Amino acid sequence: MCGIVGLYLKNPELHDQLGRLFCPMLVEMTERGPDSAGIAMYHEEQGVGSKVTLYHHDPHFDWDEVVEEAERDLGVKVSVKRIATHAILAARDSSTDLRGWVERNRADVRIMSSGHTLEIYKEVGLPANVLERFGIAGMTGSHAVGHTRMATESAVTTEGAHPFNTGEDLCLVHNGSLSNHHLWRDWLERNAGITFQTENDSEVAAAYLTWHLRQGASVSEALEACLKDLDGFFTFAVGTRDGFSVVRDPIACKHAIMAETDDWVAMSTEYRAIARLPGVEKASVWEPKPATVYSWGRA
Amino acid sequence: MGAEAGDGIQLGQGLNMQTLDLNELDVRTVNHQLHNREGGSADTEYEILNPMGRHAVAAGLDAPLKVHIRGHAGYYCAGMNKQADVTIEGNAGVGVAENIMSGRVHVKGYASQSAGATGHGGLVVIEGDASARCGISMKGVDIVVGGSVGHMSAFMAQAGHLVVCGDAGAHFGDSLYEAKLYVRGSVESLGADCVEKEMTAEHRETVRALLQQAGIDADPGEFRRYGSARNLYHFKIGNISYY
Repeated sequence: MCGIVGLYLKNPELHDQLGRLFCPMLVEMTERGPDSAGIAMYHEEQGVGSKVTLYHHDPHFDWDEVVEEAERDLGVKVSVKRIATHAILAARDSSTDLRGWVERNRADVRIMSSGHTLEIYKEVGLPANVLERFGIAGMTGSHAVGHTRMATESAVTTEGAHPFNTGEDLCLVHNGSLSNHHLWRDWLERNAGITFQTENDSEVAAAYLTWHLRQGASVSEALEACLKDLDGFFTFAVGTRDGFSVVRDPIACKHAIMAETDDWVAMSTEYRAIARLPGVEKASVWEPKPATVYSWGRA
Repeated sequence: MGAEAGDGIQLGQGLNMQTLDLNELDVRTVNHQLHNREGGSADTEYEILNPMGRHAVAAGLDAPLKVHIRGHAGYYCAGMNKQADVTIEGNAGVGVAENIMSGRVHVKGYASQSAGATGHGGLVVIEGDASARCGISMKGVDIVVGGSVGHMSAFMAQAGHLVVCGDAGAHFGDSLYEAKLYVRGSVESLGADCVEKEMTAEHRETVRALLQQAGIDADPGEFRRYGSARNLYHFKIGNISYY
């Protein structure tokens, strides 16, 4: 099963309401994925050039110590914002490599995302509880991608939840199951130097995209390559700094629907997640075709 | 319509129409009312408000009811329908009218995947496009689509008619049994064992009658007919090496 949703606000006047509009969409997909949920929020902030979302299972974890070490090593001011089990570390300069520093120095914390605008929040539990825990309803931004998970391939853990970060300001959510992920896991470990955090098939898809993007492929090109190399069922939604992209496998067993008005573009596994967005009665609504990449954004 | 849920309202022809609002009642309650009218209501016409993509709206009906669904329906709308005449004034999600036995299910908008799947009888009308696998494993239902159908439509279709006024997607009629397929536009590709067949006056008459029943205006003379080559019906010893 699993449910995916995406909302891109074309009208900047709605950016203040991103969380409020997005939360009911994700909650509507609860029956498709009650195990865990994740949200990628794209949110530009004044004075933030680089940020990482970090996770530690202990909600009382001492993030101040991490920040102090980072400031000392990197020689820049690092801000921290704690949200439940997550913390957003941010620096003013986009060239500050917070991700690299965490990878080298703090193996005890997980990196959920890195980039200029992206923040990823994910946890086990019902989507409504996960949204509440992180206070997503109050968040602002230009677009968001979310996932509700019904695990079929691997354990229900925070790390196994989607979205998966696939590069700076990029993330993947997946509905479906891949059948050749072991092959690709081995290949990517051996040939691309990628390490994996989980046994999850979707993490392999994310790593596959990461590898293509690192080679210089565009998101569309990387998704086109998925159609050739990944075997199994999938609807992928990829969040990018400027919007999101959607692709379904050639058989298109996994459902997807899209809707667009002058104010927003939405995608979801099912129409009911979109049914209560403002102006939906005037939206154009359609199913993405199999093996076709759709992209939206300011770019 | 402005009527409160449960209130009957008078229509022009004196029919009493019951309104059921899914913003106030859950799907189970609405379907229960449609299934168990002997408990009180003698109404035979219903309108269902605010379907909002909910699943299984008006599924499992077995009475000569007229049901109007005012909006977009979710999965399996009017599934297993017997006798009832259900109209969806919007789009329908996956599996609309799946396993329909009799009666009529009419989608004014578009339909998602597997419309009319495994249907045994009755009529399914989709005014817009239907997505992939329309009429998969159909067993006697008649399906008329005003627009186009997606890939793998009429896969393993056993009996009944599928009339497509637009185009058909790839692998049309794959592994077909005895269902009869008519397409006005192009067919992206035919599936295994599906072939084009001669369109005679008798077939044009069949298409004309189905279009008329569906209320869709198209010229039967513009349709082409597809059916089973019947090559997959029997095991061929020459194919043993494939196993």
